[in-house]
Amino acid sequence: MSGRAGAQVDDALSVRRFSFFRLLRENPRVAVSAGLIGLLFLLAILAPVISPHDPIAQNPDNSYLPPGAGHLLGTDELGRDLLSRIIWGARVSLPVALVAVGVGLSIGGLIGVVAGYRGKLTDLLLMRVIDALLAFPGIILAIAIVAALGPGLTHAMIAIGIVSVPVYARLVRGQVLQLKNQEFITAVRAMGATPLRIIVRHIVPNLLNPVIVQVSLSAGFAILAEATLSFLGLGAQVPTPDWGQMINNGVRFLNNDPYLSLVPGVVISLTVFAFNLFGDSLRDALDPRLRNL
Amino acid sequence: MTGYVVRRLALMVPVAFLVSVAVFMIIHLTPGDPALIILGEDRTAESIVRIHHELGLDQPLWVQYWIWINHILRGDFGRSITTHQPVLGSILERLPATLELGLVALGWALLVAIPLGTIAALRRGGIADLLATGLAVAGVSIPNFFIGVVLIFVLSVSLHGAFPFGGYVPFAKDPYENLRHIILPAIALGTAGAAINMRFTRSSMIEVLEQDYIRTARAKGASWLRVVFVHALKNALIPVVTIVGIQIGGIIEGAVITETVFTWPGVGRLAVESIFDRDYTVVQGIVLLAAFSYMAANLLVDIAYSWLDPRITYS
Repeated sequence: MSGRAGAQVDDALSVRRFSFFRLLRENPRVAVSAGLIGLLFLLAILAPVISPHDPIAQNPDNSYLPPGAGHLLGTDELGRDLLSRIIWGARVSLPVALVAVGVGLSIGGLIGVVAGYRGKLTDLLLMRVIDALLAFPGIILAIAIVAALGPGLTHAMIAIGIVSVPVYARLVRGQVLQLKNQEFITAVRAMGATPLRIIVRHIVPNLLNPVIVQVSLSAGFAILAEATLSFLGLGAQVPTPDWGQMINNGVRFLNNDPYLSLVPGVVISLTVFAFNLFGDSLRDALDPRLRNL
Repeated sequence: MTGYVVRRLALMVPVAFLVSVAVFMIIHLTPGDPALIILGEDRTAESIVRIHHELGLDQPLWVQYWIWINHILRGDFGRSITTHQPVLGSILERLPATLELGLVALGWALLVAIPLGTIAALRRGGIADLLATGLAVAGVSIPNFFIGVVLIFVLSVSLHGAFPFGGYVPFAKDPYENLRHIILPAIALGTAGAAINMRFTRSSMIEVLEQDYIRTARAKGASWLRVVFVHALKNALIPVVTIVGIQIGGIIEGAVITETVFTWPGVGRLAVESIFDRDYTVVQGIVLLAAFSYMAANLLVDIAYSWLDPRITYS
């Protein structure tokens, strides 16, 4: 296909431009959850500026202070400011979610595209590997990988990313299988477009909607999984301010200082809730047929 | 139907093989020499070579896999590196406590999910629906270990031990104490399942209520309650059955965290203890068992689904 003719076909067949701001305006649930997520990212980015204290600086003279003037959410057994640790905790959880989703999306998406587009034996072999990954309950697989690689945040990110791979592989493969037999793909193929051009210009843009929804839901899962691994002592290590680890640490003091566990727990729940709500409402907005689900 | 089951089983064979390879490889990725963990400080070059030979670590990787899988297929999961007890025996010893917790949690999940999901579907778009849907998203967003912590705080610490926050009493020994000890961990473990089941009940019920046969039943004069509970609910629960089947297969997954929070002596806690003891033979055994029970549950669910709805066939 000549460059100009190819460009014309591409323009004619490309998907309608996606207006995120229109989506926010028309869907209050999407707007509220996107606002919450935005706030969390802002918190993480501005942590060095807005955090009132050093999150890891110990001050035994100030230990177990209840929420009050100097320390809005109180202090822990080592005198560390809980609010500062919560704010800096966003700098742990959100990057974990981004990296884990990135790993899952890039590996899973690539497998899905190749399996779906090539079909036949390639599809059969790749999908059996994906089935094997799906045979593991998610958290068990993540725990097994972290147990093998050793505890730590980087290993937790890799483990959670690997757990997400089959979800993307299946989703993308299903979409590619549907799309590759559509008339517009047959048309560009007949005009001589290369498989890479067909995939990049015509298939990928058309499968973005379900993938964006899945990214949001996976980010919620990633934050939950990271908190779980850290709660078990397999994720972030001391003294990193991590929400899951903070809950675990605070359990010992539930009698007198319940806020040490309850505050980070509420923050994790709100964060995961925001991502789940965003994914759910985005799915409803992008595909109104699913509104009943 | 038989053909479907046979094909489904045949498809499972390569997957089971890949799962076993993955579990085998995960443990072989582990940094550190198992011989050094077994021998501790009392190690000599000869004793390390001897342990390597005993464990088959001086063989090529595929030979090691072949020996390992042959033992597994005969029910020999090896011995624990720390306790030297047979791994399968240790797991089976802890399994009843995990199953007991998992089944009570599932009971709780259904007890909450079916009525709430039905009400939400009947009052679609109303306040009850909004509340139930909000609860469903919240239920899957709150980590189950945090639900455990909140339950301990509210029902154990604040109520001065109305419910114990940890430990286990066998049912055969004291049924009342067994019940008191299981309530909090079962609620913590079952809440996410309740949220998922509720969403399925709601969406399935909405779909069923729009079917012609429901309209016909109403037109023939059947009361609304009869239509809902006799005609609609039975059919609406078919997708829920499949989800519940998968949840049964995933009991060990949830148990890992809940059992740790509530010091419940089950397989999940054994897994976490073994990770910290670097007892990889036990971790390997539990991961393999968890994966195979999950696969078996998925298979049974698929078969049950095709039996309940004969339109579903393998293609």
